[in-house]
Amino acid sequence: MSLSVDIRHRQGDFRLEARFESAGRLTALFGRSGAGKSSLVAMIAGLTRPDRGHIAVDGEPLVDTERRLFVPVHRRRVGYVFQEGRLFPHLTVRRNLLYGRWFTPERERYTSLDDVVDLLGIGNLLNRSPARLSGGEKQRVAIGRALLASPRLLLMDEPLAALDEARKAEILPYIERLRDEIGLPIVYVSHSVAEVARLATTVVTMADGRVTAVGRPSDVLSRPDLAPGADEAEAGAVLKAVIQSHDDTFGLTALSAAGGTLTVPRLHRPLGTPVRVRVRARDVMLAVDEPHGLSALNVLKATIHEIGEPHGPVVEVRLGAGEAELTARLTRRSVSALALAPGREVYAVIKSIAFDEANLSLAPHYSDSADAAADTGQ
Amino acid sequence: MPDWFTLSAEEQTAVLLSLKVALWATCASLPFGVAAAYALARGQFWGRPLLDGVVHLPLILPPVVTGYALLLLFGRSGPVGAFLAEQFGVVFAFRWTGAALACAIMGFPLMVRAIRLSLEAVDTRLEEAAGTLGAPPLWVFATVTLPLILPGVAAGMILSFARAMGEFGATITFVSNIPGETQTLPSAIYTFTQVPGGDAQALRLTLIAVALSLSALLVSNALSRRIARGIGQGT
Repeated sequence: MSLSVDIRHRQGDFRLEARFESAGRLTALFGRSGAGKSSLVAMIAGLTRPDRGHIAVDGEPLVDTERRLFVPVHRRRVGYVFQEGRLFPHLTVRRNLLYGRWFTPERERYTSLDDVVDLLGIGNLLNRSPARLSGGEKQRVAIGRALLASPRLLLMDEPLAALDEARKAEILPYIERLRDEIGLPIVYVSHSVAEVARLATTVVTMADGRVTAVGRPSDVLSRPDLAPGADEAEAGAVLKAVIQSHDDTFGLTALSAAGGTLTVPRLHRPLGTPVRVRVRARDVMLAVDEPHGLSALNVLKATIHEIGEPHGPVVEVRLGAGEAELTARLTRRSVSALALAPGREVYAVIKSIAFDEANLSLAPHYSDSADAAADTGQ
Repeated sequence: MPDWFTLSAEEQTAVLLSLKVALWATCASLPFGVAAAYALARGQFWGRPLLDGVVHLPLILPPVVTGYALLLLFGRSGPVGAFLAEQFGVVFAFRWTGAALACAIMGFPLMVRAIRLSLEAVDTRLEEAAGTLGAPPLWVFATVTLPLILPGVAAGMILSFARAMGEFGATITFVSNIPGETQTLPSAIYTFTQVPGGDAQALRLTLIAVALSLSALLVSNALSRRIARGIGQGT
């Protein structure tokens, strides 16, 4: 799948000028609320018409203002999962699911009601009315409804934003299954670093109606300047790792990551499984000498690459640990007391329990070459 | 002591004719009512305030004026009336069809208002969602919009029906008061009040009119509750 976007649009005072290409399996549009992510997705779906520009999926244009081409929304076969679900209140769950089925020619349908019901675990909901579903159930039905129309591209506009943490944790594995098992290309709008780090194969960051970066999550998310939508407390780095060993006595799992070995709470996956670890900047401590008598289990040798611009009492320090990059959030006072400077060797300390479930996820099955094809359109 | 329970043939005719006229008026104006309501609720065109005014005109004009305008337009020598009679053999003047037309026009603003209100309450984001699932606009209207506005449509139909049952001024001006053809319930009541000894008949028909209107109201309330439950908006 390739998605190519180059549009200009004006809506009142807001200007949207976005240009990017992505060949990623799950392209995350990432940025603060009001950055233009949802407007952009509405244009890909055909719900709004850009003033100028073009949008194409797999080389097939959906909009091209120069050629006066506009494919109406119902002919695009672009699925859409909305933040608020938007289930039809007058239809049962089953009829909601089957609503879009008849509009796709039979030979192009790639899924069936049974498969979708299995995939999303919604078999017991079929005869209910949407009014009697929980938020998480509604969202699963909304995903199923979009899937059954057999779209060639699925747009998900903050599908988890209205849910609490427990419900998010309930839905995330299903989105991973869409990405990996069905292989449906997805454009995923989010302002949550945790979601993007867990799901994305390509990240497009946006700010004030413009695209600020396009690239792999591990590259883009570790740069605080490029993740402007990031909740400050959530900023951090993403590392790739492989499960090395399990320790059942203490309920831990050792990961072999680019920067060294990481010990995290027990993951119930076989050895060798590739995983993605998000290390939040606020969870990283620095020591100038090798620490002893420390409760934290993860101590990585690292080199300071860069000391960021201080904001208030806080400074972000970028580190290299082997091939991995980490960010540590420190006070300005510590930076000065330890005389931290670029090039200096330090030890990065991370508590194992900093890796909660939201920060550990299965790595998507993608090859680096496909990933690299998501080059920037800048 | 008058016989309260047996209707004379004349009275029966008037009641049945009124029901027929009101039913036809309501059903035949429904598609136009939905279309006008849709244009007013969703349309973006320059003539919208004008259409709004024209639709509401029968509500504010004296019914006699509406009836006279109908006579001028749809009478045998009126431009529309002559055309319809010549091309399709449809005649309104002094026929029950004319009474139905007059009732439809008089009830039209009430019907349009009710449907328009419910259309404005429909969440258009549901229609967008249906579009992203591949449904073409007309299909979206039939399967999403229409089911969601059914309570409004039902209310509009009942209002139009009740208005038709009570319509007097425009009908009598347009199609006169011919027993068996255009003498509806209100016209019959009016006639009986004009002849000596007709009081009992007038009173009996009045009670029937009250009963019919009241049951229409009750049915409409029950119906909207049921429909609202069906679309998950009721309790």
